[in-house]
Amino acid sequence: MKTNAIPGRRRLFAKKLDFSRGRVELTHGAGGKASAQLFEELFQPAFSNPALDRGDDGAQCGGADRLVVATDSHVVSPLFFPGGDIGALAVHGTVNDVAMAGAAPQYLTAGFILEEGFPLSDLRRIVDSMATAAAEARVAVIAGDTKVVERGKGDGVFINTTGVGFIPAWLENPPSASNAKPGDVILVSGSVGDHGVTVLAAREDLPLSGPIESDSAALHDLAMQLLSVVKGVRTLRDPTRGGLATAVNEICRSSGTGALLHEEAIPVRRPVEAACELLGVDPLYLANEGKMIAVTAPEAANDALAVLRAHSLGAEAAVIGEIVEDPDNFVQMETAFGGKRLVDWLTGDPLPRIC
Amino acid sequence: MCLALPAEVIAISGEVATVDLDGVQTPVSLAFLKDVTIGDYVVVHVGYALSRIDAETAAEQLAIMSGAEIQAHEGEPA
Amino acid sequence: MRYVDEFRDPKTAKAIAARIHRDVDPNRDYAFMEFCGGHTHALCRFGLEDLLPDNISMIHGPGCPVCVLPVGRLDLAIELALSRPEVTLLTYGDMMRVPGGNGASLLSAKARGGDIRMIYSTTQAVDLARDNPDREIVLFAIGFETTTPPTAAAVKAARAAGLNNFTVLCNHVLTPAAIDAIMTTGSEQTRARLDGFIGPGHVSTIIGAEAYQGAVDKWGKPIVIAGFEPNDLLNAVHRLVNQVNRGGAQVENAFARAVRPGGNAVAQALCEEVFSLRDSFEWRGLGTIPASALRLSDGYQEFDAEQRFALTYTSKPDHKACACAEILRGEKSPVDCKVFARACTPEHPIGSCMVSPEGACAAYYLYGRYRDIKRTNEPAAA
Repeated sequence: MKTNAIPGRRRLFAKKLDFSRGRVELTHGAGGKASAQLFEELFQPAFSNPALDRGDDGAQCGGADRLVVATDSHVVSPLFFPGGDIGALAVHGTVNDVAMAGAAPQYLTAGFILEEGFPLSDLRRIVDSMATAAAEARVAVIAGDTKVVERGKGDGVFINTTGVGFIPAWLENPPSASNAKPGDVILVSGSVGDHGVTVLAAREDLPLSGPIESDSAALHDLAMQLLSVVKGVRTLRDPTRGGLATAVNEICRSSGTGALLHEEAIPVRRPVEAACELLGVDPLYLANEGKMIAVTAPEAANDALAVLRAHSLGAEAAVIGEIVEDPDNFVQMETAFGGKRLVDWLTGDPLPRIC
Repeated sequence: MCLALPAEVIAISGEVATVDLDGVQTPVSLAFLKDVTIGDYVVVHVGYALSRIDAETAAEQLAIMSGAEIQAHEGEPA
Repeated sequence: MRYVDEFRDPKTAKAIAARIHRDVDPNRDYAFMEFCGGHTHALCRFGLEDLLPDNISMIHGPGCPVCVLPVGRLDLAIELALSRPEVTLLTYGDMMRVPGGNGASLLSAKARGGDIRMIYSTTQAVDLARDNPDREIVLFAIGFETTTPPTAAAVKAARAAGLNNFTVLCNHVLTPAAIDAIMTTGSEQTRARLDGFIGPGHVSTIIGAEAYQGAVDKWGKPIVIAGFEPNDLLNAVHRLVNQVNRGGAQVENAFARAVRPGGNAVAQALCEEVFSLRDSFEWRGLGTIPASALRLSDGYQEFDAEQRFALTYTSKPDHKACACAEILRGEKSPVDCKVFARACTPEHPIGSCMVSPEGACAAYYLYGRYRDIKRTNEPAAA
């Protein structure tokens, strides 16, 4: 059966949120379309301002010192997993959001919501991990807060970190999702799906073992290296919850463009691919905590690739596609068979399936 | 329906085998497949081995698919 | 991945496609039903229909156990979890987001306080029952013949361990009965149009290639059993084209690397012991079909959740605008449904075909088969 176009522009959300009878669902935090809708229909209209409205994770506040602020809450379960833990994630995640805006992260705050009964030994492990990650990233945790909720009202520990950094004077055009233009090249700094499949397997207690672990890492050195050497970096984005697929969709929506990805070019480690096949999930939709997408002007792509690959965190970097004109903001992908398929936003959390 | 994948048996302990798929390992019940040996490839579905992959037949199928010689009467029951 | 990657080789795919193009009779149309949802998913994911000649149509069949589960059966599970605080309901991930009778789903029931948990294997169900003697563990069992033996194994293990807090809400269904139903209750047009079937490969590892002989004898349409890799599917289409051209109607086992003529005798015996045939069972889209589904057998009644919790089934109608029934019968395609991609999307599914990972609507939506993707971007290799 051959395809037919549906006439008219594609609406992203089929139904508006029902604020009188609706309820919060897990999908609202999954990083996909539902999360985007909650932002667009509740938070953004309520708080609207230029910094927020640009839609970047790291908000550019403007002003002479070019302050950037980002915040992230970490509710990951389980708290400890191969390759990382909630503490390291809490540091890396926010450091990365600040870095994606072209800023050098300097300070972090850390707010803890602890569940009564949570073992202090685990808390120490998490805090030590945060301290190590912060020291390696050369950011200082300068303020914080602690609250405790009754047993049963929390998942052990929730951590919120807010990060603050400054865009260096030499960076003339800080990257933003809204900057992408048709003809630009899309790169990724390394393999995708590693963190998401690790956490999925650990959380659901799936008996999978092997060389799969979270890629949790601070990317600001990599980002600064890229921005300082290569002119024409339009956008940086770390594809966390929702995966590469959602991040590219977000970039297209923010910049009013579309994208064409090349399936063969997207790096996925073999064990990660195998684990995903076993669970029936798609690595394009799984979170990454130590990777970034870079969109560059076409003439800058080769240099960008070289810079990424020269860095330890970008050794597997690859060109994976290009930005194209598309009023519907679709992200398409060329498969290995030469056919095309759509790569839509994430819908709901990827769940293992049997069918 | 039925997400199932071929994986290699790398260890057996009673009625449970450990299978390997590109470096990822998982335990699989041999409740339905008794005489399995290390090195066999089995089809795995929801944590159970359903059937053994026959290497020779697989190789034949591949050869036919990649189509060395096309017979006019190709299509006899395999 | 061994025995996967080789059957995904694009060069071979092109070679098989070339043979299909060479062998089709340009003066006729061919319509084949891929029975199994996993095959529909693979067709869409790999864009295989782009490789086929225009006079071959693929009609999507009802082999998606999530899609054919009637709303009323899902409601039994949701109501059980919500009304009985002692129940822990276990389900495979596929069912979590399917909308039930009043739009509720297992996921939203979980949000409202139901103890509903996702499992990956029935072995986890038995472990949970053993480790939580004060909970009533109910396994919400769905699936065709591939998934049935794992449920049987769990019941047997529960008996062997002397567990009295483990039951199964059984919705296992049978493939040959569904093929019969397509040929009897489907529209005259569909039946006349259908030239053959691609048989479900993994189901066949259990039931065996010989299990389809009855259907072939009765209906005179060829059935080619196929694996799930793209080249398996293309190869199966080619074999079907050849059979149709010859006027043949035979069972062909094109997944012989995993499917034996008699299937898996051990699994079959286990299922015979633990389950028996229901007189009839309602299928979404296909109506009530006799001898098409399983219940716990007389010797295993204490593991039947419908018995233990005195559950009574009420048939509930589908949403008026939902075309899942016609889609499951192969009479309509997702794009023919008025609400497809409009009111019915993966975020707000109206019918199960949209929320099941293998439903035809979900596959079409996810992989963009509704979109004229030739419209943007050249060079288009397709």
